[in-house]
Amino acid sequence: MNPGIDLQETFIQSLVELGLPADLAKAIWMPLPMLLMIIGATVGVLVTVWLERKISAAAQQRIGPEFIGPLGVLAPVADGLKLVFKEDVVPAKADALLFTLGPVIVVIPVFLSYLIVPFGQNLVITDLGMGVFIWITLSSIAPIGLLMAGYASNNKYSLLGGLRAAAQSISYEIPLALSVLAIAMMSNSLSTIDIVQQQSGYGILGWNIWRQPVGFIIFWIAILAECERLPFDLPEAEEELVAGYQTEYAGMKFGLFYLGSYVNLVLSSLLFAVLYLGGWDFPVPINLLAGWVGISETNTILQVVTAALGITMTLLKAYFLVFLAVLMRWTVPRVRIDQLLDLGWKFLLPISLVNLLLTAALKISFPLAFGG
Amino acid sequence: MNLAQGVQIVSFGLLTLMVIGASLGVVLLPNVVYAAFLLGGVFISMAGLYLLLNADFVAAAQVLIYVGAVNVLILFAIMLVNKREDFLPLKRGWIRKAATGMVCAGLFALLSTMVLTTSWNFSTGAIAGNDSIIVIAKHFFTDFLLPFELASVLLLMALVGAIILARREFIPEETDMPARDAALTLPERPRELMSVSSSSEFNR
Repeated sequence: MNPGIDLQETFIQSLVELGLPADLAKAIWMPLPMLLMIIGATVGVLVTVWLERKISAAAQQRIGPEFIGPLGVLAPVADGLKLVFKEDVVPAKADALLFTLGPVIVVIPVFLSYLIVPFGQNLVITDLGMGVFIWITLSSIAPIGLLMAGYASNNKYSLLGGLRAAAQSISYEIPLALSVLAIAMMSNSLSTIDIVQQQSGYGILGWNIWRQPVGFIIFWIAILAECERLPFDLPEAEEELVAGYQTEYAGMKFGLFYLGSYVNLVLSSLLFAVLYLGGWDFPVPINLLAGWVGISETNTILQVVTAALGITMTLLKAYFLVFLAVLMRWTVPRVRIDQLLDLGWKFLLPISLVNLLLTAALKISFPLAFGG
Repeated sequence: MNLAQGVQIVSFGLLTLMVIGASLGVVLLPNVVYAAFLLGGVFISMAGLYLLLNADFVAAAQVLIYVGAVNVLILFAIMLVNKREDFLPLKRGWIRKAATGMVCAGLFALLSTMVLTTSWNFSTGAIAGNDSIIVIAKHFFTDFLLPFELASVLLLMALVGAIILARREFIPEETDMPARDAALTLPERPRELMSVSSSSEFNR
């Protein structure tokens, strides 16, 4: 397996050749991919918001945003600008410190989780051994921010929304972690790079979705609940709770919640693509195609094309999932809170445990197909 | 001293300050909600200290369990009984505070003498780095098997206990039960048979 392009090595080497010490060169390199990833995540949110508007319009037989830029693509930018310039209101009897800190605590872990999202063999900020576990860990911090926002708003709807958000997030974290565990068991690793590596080689047939038919449904339901998307958007259920924990927020503080929820949706879709849909893998193995055409694996142009194709494939898969989530939002009714908790604890948890056990059994009996 | 070491020392100092400051806040602040949120800060800073010690799995587990589960549950409990009442100043309350302070100072003295007198053996083995999970798993299933299994049995016991507590249905209107019978039992509705209760639940 050839490693493909390694930008980090090349960058550091060229700086060292200019006469800089090696660790300084690495320190100069480090912020670059992080900045790129943050910008990428933000642009991803803008695209998702635009998709949400357009798809919801199509689902309701409207046209949606049309005049703000071609096909209304600038509508989310206009939204963002509006939120930036809005007055930043803190309610008189609210706890100003916690009120400000709440959205911050919700947003930071989500952006931090982009640390482990791979777009190619070397196109990842760091290849941590912990990999997806970091994501699960970081996503467990968010409910604290939600509780903080709900409490500090000094509003009953907000408090109820915050409590619901925390309960929902705790309940669905367990099936989520168990379905990820089944994948980790098959891949012998938690690292996102290794998980994709293990699925590659057979094109679309090797993807985990075929080996984890139950696991991916559990994972999908759990990430919908974690992202508070319909049918699980109880924390902000408009008809019951005004807007849940966001009720008292305005301006950029509300914007942070909004941004956080969409970044989380894109992140979850990206990780779904990595865990179950082969990440940056093309449906037909590229090495095979290159072999047929007769190009060697170390060809520079082929490597650039592979890297570009990898990024495109990851994004395409992720945005297909985002599309599904948006479509679900406009077609499915909301569940009640007791139904939500029943589904999480009485149905998904046992099923995911059985799935884990089955995966272990299959791994022992068919080590070839289930990554022995 | 190169760049990496400098970063490590600075972040160690910052994390230590955060741990000490936040834990003092947990103990000294009168507002319970602030104390609970600061407890989360203490846990996160401790996770940072673990990261500096190259224990990335321990750090992640610390955040997942203590911040994501324990602290959220504490906050949950506080907010569900959110009464916001002002506590009356106790008569001779300072005696309690002085006693607590003395106990804490004593504990601190004891622990610091322990830290100073123990001769610490630094591990000379290679740093596990990204393979730390594998190393930990090997230890769990070889020389630390018994504590590992005992911990899981303990958790199972806690789980069963929680379910039993949660299934108990209180009847507030029948609190004037004969005291000698109820001395050691909590008031409880007579339990239906398992099959009956579950089938009635399906019918609802």
